[in-house]
Amino acid sequence: MRNAYADEITKLAADDPRIVLLVGDIGNKLFDSFRERFPERFFNCGVAEANMISMAAGLAMNGLRPYAYTITPFITMRCLEQIRVDVCYHEQPVVLCGVGSGLSYAANGATHHSCEDIACLRSLPGMSVVCPGDATEVRLAVRAAAKERGPVYLRLGKKGEPMVHLTPPDFRIGKVLPVRDGREVALLATGSILPVAIAAAERLEAAGISAQVVSFHTVKPLDTEYLADAFARFRVVATIEEHSILGGLGGSVAEWLADQEGPRARLVRIGTPDTFLHEAGGQTHARRLVGLTAEAIAERVRSAFGAAAPSDPILAVRS
Amino acid sequence: MLPLASLPETEILDAGELKIAELEAVARKVRASVVKMAHTGKGAHLGSALSCIDILVAAYWTALRHNPRDPWAPERDRFILSKGHAASALYATLAHRGFFPVEDLATYAKAGSKLAEHPSPACAPGVEVGTGSLGHGLSLGLGMLLAGRINRQSYRAFAVLSDGECNEGSVWEAALLAPAKKIDNVCVVVDFNRWQATGRSEEVMAIQPFREKWKSFGWSAYEIDGNDMHALCEVLGNVPDGSGKPVAIVARTVKGKGISFMEDDNNWHYRIPDENDVARACAELGVEP
Repeated sequence: MRNAYADEITKLAADDPRIVLLVGDIGNKLFDSFRERFPERFFNCGVAEANMISMAAGLAMNGLRPYAYTITPFITMRCLEQIRVDVCYHEQPVVLCGVGSGLSYAANGATHHSCEDIACLRSLPGMSVVCPGDATEVRLAVRAAAKERGPVYLRLGKKGEPMVHLTPPDFRIGKVLPVRDGREVALLATGSILPVAIAAAERLEAAGISAQVVSFHTVKPLDTEYLADAFARFRVVATIEEHSILGGLGGSVAEWLADQEGPRARLVRIGTPDTFLHEAGGQTHARRLVGLTAEAIAERVRSAFGAAAPSDPILAVRS
Repeated sequence: MLPLASLPETEILDAGELKIAELEAVARKVRASVVKMAHTGKGAHLGSALSCIDILVAAYWTALRHNPRDPWAPERDRFILSKGHAASALYATLAHRGFFPVEDLATYAKAGSKLAEHPSPACAPGVEVGTGSLGHGLSLGLGMLLAGRINRQSYRAFAVLSDGECNEGSVWEAALLAPAKKIDNVCVVVDFNRWQATGRSEEVMAIQPFREKWKSFGWSAYEIDGNDMHALCEVLGNVPDGSGKPVAIVARTVKGKGISFMEDDNNWHYRIPDENDVARACAELGVEP
């Protein structure tokens, strides 16, 4: 995802003279092409995120389109108050780009994990929160963010994530992207966990449960049109995210659901637990620890599906 | 003084001896407004507002390239009151300078007024940014200047900080960045009144030696009497100063300056003046209450 980001922001800067790239002393070599082509629009701001965010706001106030990039916990929570006051309070179109989101940098320890960032940023007035599901979505989100009137948070993975979209989809901030058809349950995945959700859907299919998968890339603003339809149509709707079940996609959908009337699908929130991880190991290991594997997700959904309508004779046979 | 190519209507006085007395008279008027505002609006931070008024008057009457009739002109110098708790001083300065009617000051801090105890973004003509949380203004100014560099505009940025504000780490992040990016058209003025909310600023944090700190960070640093109009005009009128470095001014001021019974008394950080206080203050200032 980060290579796609670096490539797309460089192309975008060629098309749009307002694009400015600020980085927090990371991305050695990653932005060489940007620096060479647009030296006057590239600033390494050092390991000083608070200053970087306020400077981005100052740039935006004067007609530019700053993209500020560093590791997720440091571009979100380290400088949250600068984001709140200088970017959101002033309604400035700053794009915050966090790399290594969720458990992408699991091996680096909990200081580098970010399972609370969506919750923090989506509470800020005017902030859009976008978590692309693959490198293609990253490219489209980078371009879409430049057209927004207000601030956008782009939550990126790291590198080498599987490609989901073979051709560029019709990507719009605030609109889900269907990636797999299904009739009985819906899996709503946000961010780089999307390929795992697809694998979980395949497992469900093998177990006789037809599962839709959508890339729910925008956590804010929430695609309530899709949600209304999904909760009316499916028996189980599961949110899947490499983020705490508190305040992320699952939290957002639960808040929305609490205000709805009438019979509806059962909501299952699948994410990281309300705890820090204290052991070494990469992303695959960390995902296994917290139950974010295709097997574990399929099992959670299958179990909820069985429980959702225990009197249904078809389901009774299946279970 | 820098040329005023795109702001022909701006009137900038030169800081000759004759004018200093006029500027001091303006500062007395602004002080009287601020005391009255604190009374009618029941707003705190009067001492902090009074200490920086000479800085604001010197900046708005002699240093800044601006036009009260065209407050958002793209070429204007950016002035940021980073110590947003002194908002009343900024509002009164802007009103007396002609950005908006002086009568509007009577609404200060009242329910429904645009003029709140801390300034919100563009709450009045000339209010560049919303402040109140400390340690933001200098970084915002640097961003504005980098934008000016990209957009080929020659405006400068002035940020007024409090000494207590310099407790914030973000101030020093900005201080490290400016010389590295060769920014020489920024001017930080620290209103060094030696008090923060609960104590002497030298005692709460090891702020001294303060000018040397800025110098060692690669700034061209000055230390002046921050209530001396002549000294202020001289140094504010010389940005950039030719050194190629960003400019920091440690302005030694007196909290509550200009009102004898408020001077250097930190109770006026939060205290609200009553009618008698206002009458005494105005009498001392020689301004109609």
